[in-house]
Amino acid sequence: MVLTVSDLAVTRGGLAILEGVSFEVNAGEALVLRGPNGIGKTTLLRSVAGLQPPEGGTVAGAEDQIAYAAHSDGLKAMLSVTENLKFWASVFGLSDIEPALVAFDLVDLRNRMAGTLSAGQKRRLGLARLMVTGRPIWVLDEPTVSLDVASVALFAEAVRGHLQQGGSALMATHIDLGLTEARVLDLTPFKAAPRTRQMDEAFL
Amino acid sequence: MRALLVRDLMLAIRAGGGFGLGLAFFLIVTVLVPFGVGPQTELLSRIAPGILWIGALLACLLSLDRILALDWEDGSLDLLATAPLPMEGIVSVKALAHWITTGLPLVLAAPVLGVLLSLPVPAYQWVVISLAVGTPALSVIGTFGAALTVGIKRGGLLMSLLVLPLYVPTLIFGAEVARRGAEGLTVQTPLLLLAGISFGVIALLPFASAAVLRINLR
Repeated sequence: MVLTVSDLAVTRGGLAILEGVSFEVNAGEALVLRGPNGIGKTTLLRSVAGLQPPEGGTVAGAEDQIAYAAHSDGLKAMLSVTENLKFWASVFGLSDIEPALVAFDLVDLRNRMAGTLSAGQKRRLGLARLMVTGRPIWVLDEPTVSLDVASVALFAEAVRGHLQQGGSALMATHIDLGLTEARVLDLTPFKAAPRTRQMDEAFL
Repeated sequence: MRALLVRDLMLAIRAGGGFGLGLAFFLIVTVLVPFGVGPQTELLSRIAPGILWIGALLACLLSLDRILALDWEDGSLDLLATAPLPMEGIVSVKALAHWITTGLPLVLAAPVLGVLLSLPVPAYQWVVISLAVGTPALSVIGTFGAALTVGIKRGGLLMSLLVLPLYVPTLIFGAEVARRGAEGLTVQTPLLLLAGISFGVIALLPFASAAVLRINLR
């Protein structure tokens, strides 16, 4: 599956923040988005995931192909690790959660309530969710927040495994994951020019 | 979809609040009304059907903001939106889960609490029937209200104001069924209208809820 983003423009809170963003992510490829805080990485990823309509441009090849992981993990504190994963697996029509538990070192925690996990463990569970979606394109927003060095390595390993199986990944991160094959796209040049004139046009 | 329903029911039972809150509130209202009205059995039995309906309606209202707000806060609503479930299906399941955890217990508790209000004997079956027909509409309308206000800080107040007027037709016809039943009159017309409201909102409102939810998730 090829994810093609062409000439994408996104807005946040009514302000244009990025414009003219174009890139392609092929099967087996990872693309890392970089840029200072507030440049619009999250907004761009939400547009790609289809949660937010873009202001301009197109996203092709994303329909029903994307597993999205945001800042919050979507975990239920009153469900156990297994129940949380099982729920997401059955939402996506799968049932086998064992590989995900193993890949993110959650086997020992499987019967713990998600509410009693540490921040890093919750994050690992949130990322394990990606593996039970069966979707080829992972769209990840700061996936390594609150992970320690060992867990970052686990995560990089999971991403690499996913790429080898023909999946692809698009992620916004500041940390070097050790994924040498990943391409990096700096979003700074795509920052939208301040458009004051557009306001007048609306009234004329 | 079934997984979502099972998860919501499990959460409602485990987390306590979702399941017991409405029922406890209903119990409190019906226990307190006789004290407020005083020892006038005749008056009490005359207002009993209406009190039961108002109690059920407010109990429903109490738990509405939990329908979507919890999923919004922990981010699972975003993730559900990217899952292969249609948004209309998600809001329908949410409404169904709310009805099972709130509406259904109210229906079952109503005849027991009717005793406290000295509900006339012929009214029991009509109170249960009217609540059984009417409470699904309350859950579906409530889910619409929850979808409208999801993501708004302290949206509960706004939601109550939005939802209450929409509840009025259901209340009028529901209470009318119960009142007519208590007096031994024919209940066909209000019951049909009540059922019409329920089926109408069940058929149409999930689409509206899904549309506003998509806009709110942006």
